[in-house]
Amino acid sequence: MDWLVVIPIGFLAGMVAGMFGVGGGVVFVPTLVFVLGLNQAEAEATSLLAIVPVAIVGSRRQFEYGNVRVRDGLWIGMLCVPGALGGAALANALPEKTLKVLFAGLLLYIAFRMARRASAAPADRDLNNS
Amino acid sequence: MIGITGGLFSGLFGVGGGAVMVPLLVLWRVFNEKLATGTSLLAIVIVAAWAVGGHAIFGSIDIVKGILIGIPAVGGVIAGTALQQRVSDRMLSGMFSVLLVVIAAIYVFE
Repeated sequence: MDWLVVIPIGFLAGMVAGMFGVGGGVVFVPTLVFVLGLNQAEAEATSLLAIVPVAIVGSRRQFEYGNVRVRDGLWIGMLCVPGALGGAALANALPEKTLKVLFAGLLLYIAFRMARRASAAPADRDLNNS
Repeated sequence: MIGITGGLFSGLFGVGGGAVMVPLLVLWRVFNEKLATGTSLLAIVIVAAWAVGGHAIFGSIDIVKGILIGIPAVGGVIAGTALQQRVSDRMLSGMFSVLLVVIAAIYVFE
């Protein structure tokens, strides 16, 4: 039964990723934790796995819309690697509750960003795009 | 710098890191928002792949569940990128931010 719920949620998470340029992880992780019962570190690891195809497809489409600087993207990605490995190690070392609280903090930060985006007047947003 | 921070967030939190990279790119006037969003998504492919590798060492990956969420999500991202070009995201951003606050609260108090 849980599995049936997961599929539309996965779809929605993908939509969020496509619309806001994120990997979808902020939706995947809570879904994996609350619907499928994974612990926080497992949920994060599994979500990363799901993110790879999502990001591949997403960036391909963004590329078609002309929104990608390929060399820069590749560079930034490569530079991320040590951070990513360190982060994975840290995630598996921290206690569950600590990781969860940190993740909640991340969610609030993203919520804040989203709220700002929602309240930006059209004129302000054009300035952003200049 | 952006890369390291993005990578850290990706590996630590299981997200793509874009939420950190995009505002930094825009803030430091490297790219405008659309370009930042698209470009960071490319970076995310690399980051997420490596972060998966990092987590794999600890054995915390559930492949079946990853696929269960990942495949419909790919469908979603196609729909989402199409919508992004057509629809104003202000209302969606607002709703999404509320949703995130709710989830965060569940996280802390559960």
